[in-house]
Amino acid sequence: MFGYTFQWKQALSKLPQMLDGALVTMEIALLSMAIGIALAVLLTLFRLSGNRVLNGFAVTWVEVARNTPALFQIYMAHFGVASFGIHFSPFTSLLIGITFNNAGYLAENFRGALKAIPETQTRAGRSLGMTPLEAFGYIVMPQMLRIAFLPMTNQMVWAILMTSLGVTVGLNIDLYGVTQDLNALTFRTFELFAIAGVIFYLITKIIQLGARLVAARLFRY
Amino acid sequence: MIEIENVYKSFGALQVLKGINLTVPNGEVLTVIGGSGSGKSTLLTCINGLEKIDSGRILVDGTDVHAKSTDLNKLRQKLGIVFQQFNAFPHLTVLENVTLAPRKVLGQSKEQAREMAVKQLSHVGLGDKLDVYPSRLSGGQQQRMAIARALAMSPDYMLFDEVTSALDPQLVGEVLDTLRLLASEGMTMICVTHEMKFAREVSDRVAFFDKGVMAEIAPPAQLFDAPQTESLKTFLAATH
Ligand SMILES: Nc1ncnc2c1ncn2[C@@H]1O[C@H](COP(=O)(O)OP(=O)(O)OP(=O)(O)O)[C@@H](O)[C@H]1O
Ligand SMILES: [Mg+2]
Repeated sequence: MFGYTFQWKQALSKLPQMLDGALVTMEIALLSMAIGIALAVLLTLFRLSGNRVLNGFAVTWVEVARNTPALFQIYMAHFGVASFGIHFSPFTSLLIGITFNNAGYLAENFRGALKAIPETQTRAGRSLGMTPLEAFGYIVMPQMLRIAFLPMTNQMVWAILMTSLGVTVGLNIDLYGVTQDLNALTFRTFELFAIAGVIFYLITKIIQLGARLVAARLFRY
Repeated sequence: MIEIENVYKSFGALQVLKGINLTVPNGEVLTVIGGSGSGKSTLLTCINGLEKIDSGRILVDGTDVHAKSTDLNKLRQKLGIVFQQFNAFPHLTVLENVTLAPRKVLGQSKEQAREMAVKQLSHVGLGDKLDVYPSRLSGGQQQRMAIARALAMSPDYMLFDEVTSALDPQLVGEVLDTLRLLASEGMTMICVTHEMKFAREVSDRVAFFDKGVMAEIAPPAQLFDAPQTESLKTFLAATH
């Protein structure tokens, strides 16, 4: 049919290499989420600070992250900054690009979550002698992270999928990059990318399942 | 001692406090009554510095609350305040609600904070609810937890802002009992309240606020039985 014969055996023999790639993909996604959450908290604080410069910085970040293609963001982190003589490895560029995207989306999620937390919570903390930062850290932020938990899970899934954009900046050790290289060697295009697709699917499903288990523990109250 | 000297406070064009003078000596239980919008809550939040004042002075143990050099976070440790809304921290258990500030603000050890929390929670009748989340508590229980939380900081003064107003009638009694207990132990207290019977019973003095002015202040028997101003007469007639 269509002159193409499936050769799954040959493609499946490359599975160990692809799974190694999947580990790199997960590593990038996890790192980009961890750093992205920290940055999003910082951006949220900037927005709450009442300082115009900090607020403007945070708003610009969120706007760019949410309203330009992720591909653009990753390109900028690699080729864009290279114009200024800053050279990152493909791995670092992809990590920066995805982290930038994560932080922007998450900061917006956090802003929504904050609306559900009454101002009186902060006031109660301040009345107990806490500084504004302490009241945020001990009272507001834990509630905010719980409320934003589901959107955070979605963003984690996005981060996994965005790693596939790494090939555009020359990354070839992640799942998508490995698959592409194998394809160039063997031309088992359909089989290889189908396997990659299944692996992507399984990873994101496991994340969603794991998140549900964690949520059950977090949302006890 | 809390000294309030000629305090003025506006929100925009709205004058809420118009020259309040009031001294609360240690050990006194002062209740504040008055119509809605007369500035009672505002006075309490000015005393602990949550709100700024326009002019005048508020001294707590001689420290000017609104002076630039005053460390408000430090000062608030001796001024416990409990609000109408219970403000339980929903993500923390009852015990954690009470130990949070002693640990993070006062730097107490976990054991030290726990010991104090258990003492205060038992005091308000919640000794058996330590590991429960606030969502499992009734309004009255949440409010008593908020009182224990404030007491765990070992404050010298307690400010109460209509702490029973958001409660179902059958739960008001248990919270008032807690306040009575505190009063009997000699805590210096300012209680804003709509509970006239309670005010009459526990107060050393009662202050009546009317449109940002402290119109009358006297021991309860005198204030309730021989009101001097027309506005207080009208107010009392309306509440009885
Ligand atoms: N943060 C604020 N911004 C603007 N106006 C305020 C603010 N807080 C209070 N006000 C106004 O100041 C006035 C006095 O309010 P306050 O809460 O002190 O009254 P109150 O005596 O406690 O009344 P109530 O018995 O209803 O609690 C009211 O008109 C209120 O609307
Ligand atoms: Mg009030």
